[in-house]
Amino acid sequence: MSSPPAVDVREARGAHAPPKPRREITTAFLVSRIAVLAVAAALLLYALPPLVAARSWPAVVILCAATAAIAYLYLTRRFVPAKYLIPGTVFLIAFQVFPVLYTVSTAFTNFGDGHRGDKRAAITAIESGSVRQAPGSPEYSLTAALKGEALVFLLVDPATKQVQAGDAAGLTPVPGAQVGVTGKVLRAPGYTVLTAPQAAARGQDVTALSVPTPGGLIKANGLSRAVEGRATLVYDARCDCVQGEGDRWAADEGQGYFVNAKGQHLAQGWQVNVGLSNFARVVTDPTISRYFAGVFGWNVVFALASVGTTFALGMAVALALHHPRMRGTKAYRIALILPYAMPSFAMLLVWRDMFNRDFGLINQLFGVDVDWMGQPSTARFAVVLVNLWLGFPYMFLVTTGALQAIPRELTEAASIDGATPWNGFRRVTLPLLLVALTPLLISSFAFNFNNFNAIALTSEGGPFPAESPQVGATDLLITYTFRLAFGTGGAQFGFAAAISVFIFAIVAIISAVTFRRTRRQEEVYA
Amino acid sequence: MRTRALGVAALTTLALAATACGGSQPATPSATGSAAPSAAATQAQGGKLVIWADPNRVKALKPFAEQFGTENGVSVEVKEISKDNQQTFLTASQQGSGPDIMVGAHDWIGNMVQNGAIEPVNLTDAQKAAFPEIAMKAVTFDGQVYGAPYAVENIALIRNTKLAPDAPATLEDMVKQGKALKEAGKVKEVLCLPVAQKGDAFHVYPIFAAGGGSLFGTTASGDPDPKKVLLGSPESVKAFGKLKDLGEKGDGALKTSITNENYISSFAGGKCAYLISGPWAMGDVKKGGISYDITPVPSFKDGKPATPFVGVQSFFVASKGKNKALAQEFVANYVTNKDVAKALYAADPRPPALTEALQEVGASDPDAGKFMDAGKNGMPMPAIPEMQAVWEPFGIAEAAVVKGGDAAKAAEAAQKAIDSSLKN
Repeated sequence: MSSPPAVDVREARGAHAPPKPRREITTAFLVSRIAVLAVAAALLLYALPPLVAARSWPAVVILCAATAAIAYLYLTRRFVPAKYLIPGTVFLIAFQVFPVLYTVSTAFTNFGDGHRGDKRAAITAIESGSVRQAPGSPEYSLTAALKGEALVFLLVDPATKQVQAGDAAGLTPVPGAQVGVTGKVLRAPGYTVLTAPQAAARGQDVTALSVPTPGGLIKANGLSRAVEGRATLVYDARCDCVQGEGDRWAADEGQGYFVNAKGQHLAQGWQVNVGLSNFARVVTDPTISRYFAGVFGWNVVFALASVGTTFALGMAVALALHHPRMRGTKAYRIALILPYAMPSFAMLLVWRDMFNRDFGLINQLFGVDVDWMGQPSTARFAVVLVNLWLGFPYMFLVTTGALQAIPRELTEAASIDGATPWNGFRRVTLPLLLVALTPLLISSFAFNFNNFNAIALTSEGGPFPAESPQVGATDLLITYTFRLAFGTGGAQFGFAAAISVFIFAIVAIISAVTFRRTRRQEEVYA
Repeated sequence: MRTRALGVAALTTLALAATACGGSQPATPSATGSAAPSAAATQAQGGKLVIWADPNRVKALKPFAEQFGTENGVSVEVKEISKDNQQTFLTASQQGSGPDIMVGAHDWIGNMVQNGAIEPVNLTDAQKAAFPEIAMKAVTFDGQVYGAPYAVENIALIRNTKLAPDAPATLEDMVKQGKALKEAGKVKEVLCLPVAQKGDAFHVYPIFAAGGGSLFGTTASGDPDPKKVLLGSPESVKAFGKLKDLGEKGDGALKTSITNENYISSFAGGKCAYLISGPWAMGDVKKGGISYDITPVPSFKDGKPATPFVGVQSFFVASKGKNKALAQEFVANYVTNKDVAKALYAADPRPPALTEALQEVGASDPDAGKFMDAGKNGMPMPAIPEMQAVWEPFGIAEAAVVKGGDAAKAAEAAQKAIDSSLKN
């Protein structure tokens, strides 16, 4: 008897405009919300003190505003899509957009060894590096002391044992001071002698104090000695140049060096904007342009061969293990994953030693005497082989996954229709596999195109022909340019950044073209 | 309801954080401004000396660093840096997160100076006199001392006295004896000297110098002159020719299959009678139970002296350190004392730079003195930044001639490669 009214009620409810359902508060929602807020608050607390100490107020404002915005976003019930988008966007900016922008902006500078800091730092380094001890001046033993609240040096001349007090005004004799055996002043009337820990606590002041003398300045050298020295090179702001040692070096803002009339520069330089010259160097440097085509060609071959061989082997093994009559697949799978699970860094080094001509396992095993890494063809074969061993488990894994997503009925139907196993694979399984795997193959290509470790840790780019020591037979663009940017002239970050921009462009173009072709292929099979 | 409570709690945190935004501004300066001269305040202030060293040296340094810390009322942290030490130091220094003191090889000096990363170290004449001349020469750059040396290392000829009882007078004698031993089946290799596919400029340099080759001309002050690269000079071509004669197509004494990974273990395993290596090899050699002797690398008959490169491990004062007075005190006045040198030797047996420490160590371990003798006439590794452009082309030219390539072509190509990278 009670059921009809119940129905009525339900219908009646349904007839009204449905009340906005109050979103259920699940544990996951609560936890994730707390997590986001906690991370935001932690970042704020972590980043704030150093920013305040550095007095970078704009950064402080941005930080506080960003934290407040995140807190507001996750405390309000509105903006649901933004709640999901913000974390991803933040990570995208932090780990993708920022590094790319930073790399590109570095490419326009001469940032690198000799040009790491700003001009002020270079001037300081030049001046302090040029301080020479005044000829014939004594090696004072130093005792830090206080006169009132001000720091003074009590200086003892080791030859005469005479004690003088030095402060920013100059030297004054101190009569009646008591000197210990080590040359330290024990007591001096009118001064409070500081103990070692007390002096150490005022380390900054000790470094900062310089006592003027007729011949130069007396500076502390540690906490127990002081010497009279004179900077032989001095920066003059009026001419924007460094003078001394009978020469003059004028600041050249174009190359970030102080240069003299003969075109020689002082060692310490600073970072300047060099415009497009890094890019111009990549294009015009004869050592790059002469070998570019050859290196690029081998680079493409290496990447294609790596992807092709790893995919072929990985897929073959996956197909074999996918066969319904296969037994013990778990054990096989574990064994096959092993190369993938081992640190590739160590494995590459082990492989390199296995290819050693006289001591390597491979020559000993096969009883041959091949100088694997010493000839272009065998070295190329060897690096592809090593990369195959390292890379096929990945292909095996992804193919296994993709195979399990292909219904067995399809292949069964094909075999009932009279297709041979090869045709069944060729016309049914492989196309379906490729739909799923092509994006992975493309990313694998891009990865191997820049596979620095696979080359740097095995052949190091070699063998190098005697007549061109800069480019080896197995050099990829990335190993070759790394050597140019970091191997020979110290670290040249600006130049390296310009090269990365070029390599990025190459990989991006290749990937874009292949993705476009894949889309067409997917339209056919999907 | 619960979510509301959570929101309130979070808002409170935020409010607190916001007040921290404004509140900490006056708080920070006052913390650094008042410097009460007491040890307790020092600790609270973060009066801290930070030393960076490689893993081998951290353990040996720690007790001395701590002793220095207690004497001066500061805390001392010795931090281990295991990879790319120089670049890590330069980058960190630039960022303001570097150490006060860096431990490293003297040939870093040129690059660290051009980056303004280290300061001169002022040693007294007495302190300078306590070191052998070559150590002081190594840490002097552009007329200025930039580091306090503590260990000197160079390579020497280490021979298996059971297989080769007498020290060879010339390189030819050594190769002859090595070949005879190989033919008799007593050893597998004539000589254990790493070449590898990319060459090893450091290890082959004494033989290259013995053949008359040189890397740089010298400036008026006797320093290597980066403007005069001499790798392609006729003398150097002749030296490369000698390396070719010793190589795979010649005597078979130099081989690309002998690498940094296997050359010491081969000698320790008795596979060769002669090893050219440094003090770092002695641990393995002793473990292998080989009876050995250490002598200078011999020269060719009528050759030039076989001068090895000499590397001087040193302490540097970082110019961007936060505690420079203490750092100077530690480097100039504390680590130049012989107990520190001896402890570092015990931790990692590289001959101490201090003459007095070397004598004391040498009494119980003659190897240190023998290595020192072998390097007496050595050439301090060039500290000029331009040297970085030389290592690789030199090594590749070496590997090329060892494999039988043309000496003149290899030398010319190396010279060209170095010139072009120095131009940029």
